[in-house]
Amino acid sequence: MTFIVNFLFSMFSTIAFSVITNIPRRAFWACGFTGATGWMTFWILQTYFHQNIGIANFFGALMIGLISIFFSKTMHMPVIVFNVPSLVPLVPGGPAYMAVRYMMNQEFTESMEKLVTVLVTSGAIAIGFMFTNLIERALKKTRLNLRSK
Amino acid sequence: MEQQNYSQLVLNTCLKAGKIMMESGSEVYRVEDTMKRIAINAGLDDIQTYVTATGVIVGFPSEQTSQVIQITQQSINLEKVTAVNQGSRQFADGELSLPDFFLYLEDVDHSTPDFPYFWKIISAGIVSSTLMIILNGTWFDFIPTFIIGVIGFTVHSFFGKKLHMKFLNDFVAALVIGCLSLLAVSLSVAHEVNNLIIGSIMPLVPGLAITNAFRDIMAGHLISGVARGTEALFIAGAIGGGIIIAFNFF
Repeated sequence: MTFIVNFLFSMFSTIAFSVITNIPRRAFWACGFTGATGWMTFWILQTYFHQNIGIANFFGALMIGLISIFFSKTMHMPVIVFNVPSLVPLVPGGPAYMAVRYMMNQEFTESMEKLVTVLVTSGAIAIGFMFTNLIERALKKTRLNLRSK
Repeated sequence: MEQQNYSQLVLNTCLKAGKIMMESGSEVYRVEDTMKRIAINAGLDDIQTYVTATGVIVGFPSEQTSQVIQITQQSINLEKVTAVNQGSRQFADGELSLPDFFLYLEDVDHSTPDFPYFWKIISAGIVSSTLMIILNGTWFDFIPTFIIGVIGFTVHSFFGKKLHMKFLNDFVAALVIGCLSLLAVSLSVAHEVNNLIIGSIMPLVPGLAITNAFRDIMAGHLISGVARGTEALFIAGAIGGGIIIAFNFF
């Protein structure tokens, strides 16, 4: 039950955010699927395999990047159309808010803890995207090599 | 003279494409790549570009021309990026001539379909409430989060679009969200104030700015990356400040 709720709701939130960023209409379902897969990767790694938040976010971002590349190739659209709305469930808004909240109550130790969580999360997402960039470039290069042969 | 007119048209087309993409939230790498492709397909190989988050410079050393265009407004509109990409691809395939391509870009700039404002507000509510649930919220808070998310986004876009206030609109929206959430909890129509606020600020969080900042920096475009990163940091700071002041009210 929670599995289905998580999948559907991450999909809905991605689609709703893609309305705000105004992506082309025919990319809606692809975009929702990308976002849902990224969130499910993160969620499963965290709840069932008890990985730490950095690893889970890294694989979530990696998944989003890979599926975005696939859809951008098949639907002939820029990659950012897919991976910008898909990132919405992973963005560390919750820990950032909690950091501010703790800081206000003068609980600086907890606040720093949450702040580090924010840094780790965004760093992990960035590294995930770096890896997909690498893969994209490698794909481009092999295709050029094949063509020139 | 003829050659001069032609290179001027190529220059204008490149600038137009760059301006539209940069204003719609594209990465610097993509903008440079598109402009280079347009110039090469138009027969002018030696294009020099300098793209930052606030302005684009394009020059052709062999024609001794260069021009700068300022980028004033920054909004997110990924459909425009896609449309420019598509037009550039058609131009490369020879389906569009250069004058036609320029007209196509003008058309993209003015009449790309956008979603009705009402839809955007409703989607902001959906983003808030669904994310609140998957971030360990309770079903009891679903409707209040939806309503507060809608109001927060409305305030945000009202101050941003009508009154042209950058950063201040994030601050005011966060303030309103904080006050309404605290009010909802004290009137006991909602349980957990933290979940309400986390859900409602989600549509305002600068996700695109952060992603683009990282991508620009990793592609070697340090100035744009730092500029966008600073923007994201200021937006986050404005949201945090709004929340803090809301808590101090109650």
